[in-house]
Amino acid sequence: MKLFPIRGGIHPQYRKELTGDCAIEALPLPNRLYIPLQQHIGVPAEVLVSEGDLVSKGQVIARRQGPVSVNQHAPTSGRVAAVTEIPAPHPSGLPQPTIVIEPDGADTWGTLAEPITDPFAVDAQTIEARVAECGIVGMGGAGFPSAVKLNLGIRHRIETLLINGAECEPYLTCDDRVMREHADEVIDGARIMAHALHAPKIVVAIEENKPQALAIMTAAAQAHTNMEVVAVPAKYPMGSERHLTLAITGRETPARKLTADLGVVVHNVATARAVHHAVRHGRPLVARVVTVSGQAMRTPKNVEAPIGATVSDLIAFCGGFAQRPERLVQGGPMMGALLPGTDVPVVKSTSGILALTAEEINDRPADPCVRCGSCVAICACGLVPVEIAAHVRHDDLEGAARLGLMDCVSCGSCSWVCPSHIPLVHYFNYAKGALNAQERERRKSERTKTLVEARAARVERIAAQRAANLARKPKAAVGAEEVGA
Amino acid sequence: MIGEPATPSGPFAHTANTVQRTMFMVLLALTPATLFNLYLFGWPAILLFAVTVGACVVAEAACLVLAGKPVSATLSDGSAILTGWLLAMTLPPWAPWWIGVLGAMFAIPLAKHAFGGLGQNLFNPAMVARVALLVSFPVVMTAWVAPHPLFTTGSPTLNEAMTITFAGETPDGVTAATALGYVKTELSRGIPVSESLQEYGRSSALTYAPDLMDLATGFKPGSLGETSAGLILLGGIFLLWRRVITWHIPVMMIGTLFVMGTLFNAFDPTRFAPGFFHILSGSAILGAFFIATDYVTSPVTQKGQLVFGFGVGLLTWVIRTFAGYPEGMAFAVLLMNSLTPIIDQYTRPRMFGRTRKGEPLPVEGQR
Repeated sequence: MKLFPIRGGIHPQYRKELTGDCAIEALPLPNRLYIPLQQHIGVPAEVLVSEGDLVSKGQVIARRQGPVSVNQHAPTSGRVAAVTEIPAPHPSGLPQPTIVIEPDGADTWGTLAEPITDPFAVDAQTIEARVAECGIVGMGGAGFPSAVKLNLGIRHRIETLLINGAECEPYLTCDDRVMREHADEVIDGARIMAHALHAPKIVVAIEENKPQALAIMTAAAQAHTNMEVVAVPAKYPMGSERHLTLAITGRETPARKLTADLGVVVHNVATARAVHHAVRHGRPLVARVVTVSGQAMRTPKNVEAPIGATVSDLIAFCGGFAQRPERLVQGGPMMGALLPGTDVPVVKSTSGILALTAEEINDRPADPCVRCGSCVAICACGLVPVEIAAHVRHDDLEGAARLGLMDCVSCGSCSWVCPSHIPLVHYFNYAKGALNAQERERRKSERTKTLVEARAARVERIAAQRAANLARKPKAAVGAEEVGA
Repeated sequence: MIGEPATPSGPFAHTANTVQRTMFMVLLALTPATLFNLYLFGWPAILLFAVTVGACVVAEAACLVLAGKPVSATLSDGSAILTGWLLAMTLPPWAPWWIGVLGAMFAIPLAKHAFGGLGQNLFNPAMVARVALLVSFPVVMTAWVAPHPLFTTGSPTLNEAMTITFAGETPDGVTAATALGYVKTELSRGIPVSESLQEYGRSSALTYAPDLMDLATGFKPGSLGETSAGLILLGGIFLLWRRVITWHIPVMMIGTLFVMGTLFNAFDPTRFAPGFFHILSGSAILGAFFIATDYVTSPVTQKGQLVFGFGVGLLTWVIRTFAGYPEGMAFAVLLMNSLTPIIDQYTRPRMFGRTRKGEPLPVEGQR
């Protein structure tokens, strides 16, 4: 297949060899599981259980609220120990409503949804409903409810389902292992999704630094004529939805549009596997593969962990720390976030837990910018980070926006490449947050203005009407009023 | 206002590259050509080189103290050493000590710290210094000497060198013209370029034929560090290989200079020197790889770098050919420096998913 070049990009130290050959190991059931009501982009789910309730594995314990929300299920059988607030797996560590489950050790499945034996005979709505019911979110890290993305076939004509096995983040090998160990499930899930999207073609894109996954997936895809497995260059941020779409189709997603507008929908390989489980077996998303890695980790592994296991459970399973980590990160090192501690749970979008040494991170105090232009050369979005940063530093957010701030995908390549170690992407995230807040504020005041104007108009109308009524009143009444006055 | 992140923010991986490492690479790349020329011009050149670099470092330290900035941390970035080194390389090798010191005063406090220090200056500090010296002290700044390689007869001893550098007493009979200067002077006397090119060399202190080979190897009069086009090119290729610089500026600058030279030489060889002569003489190669490529004062976009390189090449040729000065690289660089912000503004890359004008791309084929 002919590939199309993407602009810029970087070649960080991948360090995938730490876990690339580690087969997926199941985490023994921890003593407690912590299931946050929000593990996704959108509205939190609503609790259905209360303290003391007995739950079986796969039972819905929190119901989704609206379309952009997902169900949460009990990852194992046991007792609801509490419905409380614990720190979220977010750098802020702010408390978040969470259901705590004490496993009974039996790990027995409850009544599951009926398996769909021939998914290709049912309509798109059935599959989408099943995916929604089973609480599936994008497992590449974004955590966007997958059912919403399967809906795109309704309003758009989808030509290609792009299965994202690029895994361009350093360290992470969970997708690699899923493809190597569960290729058939991934491919079946992909075919089901393509059916739901009415997409005639499926392309599985895998970075060329995963030769085994490429070979296994190619072999597994052979039976399906509408499916192609493609090796894409190992270059960060190849796995970015828009950039992968460009590399495969040669078409560039217009700003402020979706890849679906080009007829392409992108789903992660682990998501495809989750869809296979949901549709073929009626099993909800209750576990995921997490890469536990970093040079501060004693035995890096790929762990299949129930949702809600704590980071400390996974670290203990990997033999603890070999040395004190400088930073604990969830996700990959490029776009991942700092973990507020080890007591936070693994959620549906947790792709990695990294215990990194100072030497691996190699951060240092920022030097002045020497205008070397590296950030301009590597920006996959065609931006000029050095200039945008200058505007942000002078609090000129509009100026930064004019230079394309809001088109930045926060991939972090500019921060990585900067010889002066200027935290460029930190500037951009700050500025985006500030601009979004300004926008919300502006909308709010506009809304207030419309309401005030509407009220003034209403008051005026009522007054006018009253005056008109008064004028139409019979003479006598007026006279009476005069008398009364 | 935004400062350093309050909580550590990603990415949690960084390149091993640093500003310090970059400067070190450039210094390393300059070393072969510098050593050759220090050998070629002997002790006076070594003394002038040491004085110039030393003065730049002292000036940098003084400026940092005055500005209340961390001294040792900033000094260790190597940028002052590099400025001094590059300035020294463009000076007449037997110039007196105060040329180096005065040059450092122009380069560091005036051209760099007055603008806010590292990364803030609009003009290349070494070139500001060179041009300021050239217009202020035209005689001293054009007093070239013939090569006097160390350990050969006629090469000044260390003691003699002290007199030359610190007392400013240049012995008689050692001066020589650079190729560019000779051709220019002869042309002003009505002697065609084609003839003076043949004559050059026989008229200088050493008797050697002024063929292209000599221009390339560097056994010729010239500035302290510019005579060996070959060794400078070697350093330039090293920088390209280590990805410290990209090809855009050097290729465009040398290419433009060569094309202009060749075209006009073909048109009238009596008035215009040939392309090869242009790129191999003066500081063309040094300028292309080490001076025009200065990060701070050249465009950040690659297209901008092409425009910049073209401009430097063109202006160098124009000044060499039509202006009063035989060499125009430094002027050309400064002129293009002043255009850098505007070049950057008009050569921004196209944003992903947008047209050149910044409008979102149209959605094609969607129904």
